[in-house]
Amino acid sequence: MTSEIVIKTDKLTKRFGDFVATNAVSFEVYKGEIFGFLGANGAGKTTAMRMLCGLSIPSSGQAKVAGFDVYTQTEEIKRNIGYMSQKFSLYDDLTVRENIRFYGGVYGLERNQLKEKINYLLHHLNLEAVAKTKVKDLPLGWKQKLAFSIAIIHEPKIVFLDEPTGGVDPVTRRQFWEMIYDAAERGTTVFVTTHYMDEAEYCHRVSIMVDGVIKALDTPAGLKKKYAAQSMDEVFLKLARDAKRSE
Amino acid sequence: MKSIVVQNMSKSFDKGNVKALDNVSFEVEQGELFGLIGPDGAGKTTLFRILTTLLIPESGKATVDGLDVVKDFKEIRKRVGYMPGRFSLYQDLTVEENLSFFATIFNTTIEENYELIKDIYIQIEPFKTRRAGKLSGGMKQKLALSCALIHKPSVLFLDEPTTGVDAVSRKEFWEMLKNLKKKGISIIVSTPYMDEASICDRVALMQNGQILDMDTPLSIIRKFERPLWSVRSQSMYKLLTDLRNFEGAETCFAFGDAHHLTTKNNSFDAPSILTFLQKMGHSKIELERVEPTIEDCFMALMKNS
Repeated sequence: MTSEIVIKTDKLTKRFGDFVATNAVSFEVYKGEIFGFLGANGAGKTTAMRMLCGLSIPSSGQAKVAGFDVYTQTEEIKRNIGYMSQKFSLYDDLTVRENIRFYGGVYGLERNQLKEKINYLLHHLNLEAVAKTKVKDLPLGWKQKLAFSIAIIHEPKIVFLDEPTGGVDPVTRRQFWEMIYDAAERGTTVFVTTHYMDEAEYCHRVSIMVDGVIKALDTPAGLKKKYAAQSMDEVFLKLARDAKRSE
Repeated sequence: MKSIVVQNMSKSFDKGNVKALDNVSFEVEQGELFGLIGPDGAGKTTLFRILTTLLIPESGKATVDGLDVVKDFKEIRKRVGYMPGRFSLYQDLTVEENLSFFATIFNTTIEENYELIKDIYIQIEPFKTRRAGKLSGGMKQKLALSCALIHKPSVLFLDEPTTGVDAVSRKEFWEMLKNLKKKGISIIVSTPYMDEASICDRVALMQNGQILDMDTPLSIIRKFERPLWSVRSQSMYKLLTDLRNFEGAETCFAFGDAHHLTTKNNSFDAPSILTFLQKMGHSKIELERVEPTIEDCFMALMKNS
């Protein structure tokens, strides 16, 4: 992790009519940081993430992602980030190889680059034997690992992971986090949401959103100290219990 | 009489290519809170669909309330409550309309069984004229549970009710289940969250269509054979790889703010681990023997299966 800022928001706000989904949120995320973005259902996480991914224009406030403005440079943002969620990841009816080729193409990789990437990923993920298998026939854990690798196939500065490990078995869930660590060590910033509180411990810093605002932002150790809690689960419960709204 | 008896149940899909259930057997006692714990693809939903008579098993037998899941399907449907994993109420009906619809098709009224759902329904009653599709996730869940209970079922099936739900709402939901249990309803609930196992009377740990182990949460934990250590140091990522290279290491997994190390046997004591870590250049080492959690047990069982 370095001191180079890759995401900076200043009073970032999104209103839907009278409803303020994200309310004047300000924070910074550094290069190579694993940033945990936590909150109760309906706290405003998804809305904030959509703005940072260039998918939704803010109502007010400022934000820059990978150096690009969230109002005027949304296309540049999309090219410089990766995104993966449990719901949106791969095409089930394409094979492993076809999925890699498709996404590599979408992200504008050159033919040679793409060929190299396909071989590298198949080898690195130990998927050579199933390269011609349709993704729907893979175990969930393999799919998630492949989806993550594809989300960073264009070597983006930042990758957004929206509940990437939901429903995954405990061993695969940990292997997935080792991939996250590996990507962060190589300088990719990881912006991740999760409902597993033990995973919050693996983040460098964690923010907790409640009712549209960031209630707390610190290292897991700092948060536990501040809220006199044994675990991140306890911190979360203390902060989110009084939430007024849900989804 | 047992609430549920399952004997050697198997079911496969895709012309036998996918074995969803592989010779599964278990029983649920009356009034028991029984948990099926396992990741996606373990076979939990298939099992629920068979027990609620929505799927026919390939081989094996099962009874619910003493009734056969194939022969007596009509009778079973009257007696069970089922909350599927995906929200399945009528989005265009209001909260109250949904509840009264389910009461009507089961030949009863909201008033008749109000006592059973009161604690849950009271929380969404202020929104009874709101369409179900416009409810928040937590409220949808409460309405779905109310609808599954309105005909006073003897067995309640809850398929992953807490998936995708935040930690606060998850805790609230389990509180509701504990209260329902007191009313004598047998509850069988599935979850991918290992930490929820401790609230169940008994659990079956499932993976790839098989039951890895089944017992009370405490007994499962007691069966954990190897010495388990919680380890921390100033460099947690390096610690993980280093510990895996320790000659006495069986497994090492990240576990929240510490790593959990299992050692091959008792001859690898604290001093031997400490010496190794110091040699690898670690500082601020914290090492202690700890009790395993259900998740530790699950991972150990996965490895053996």
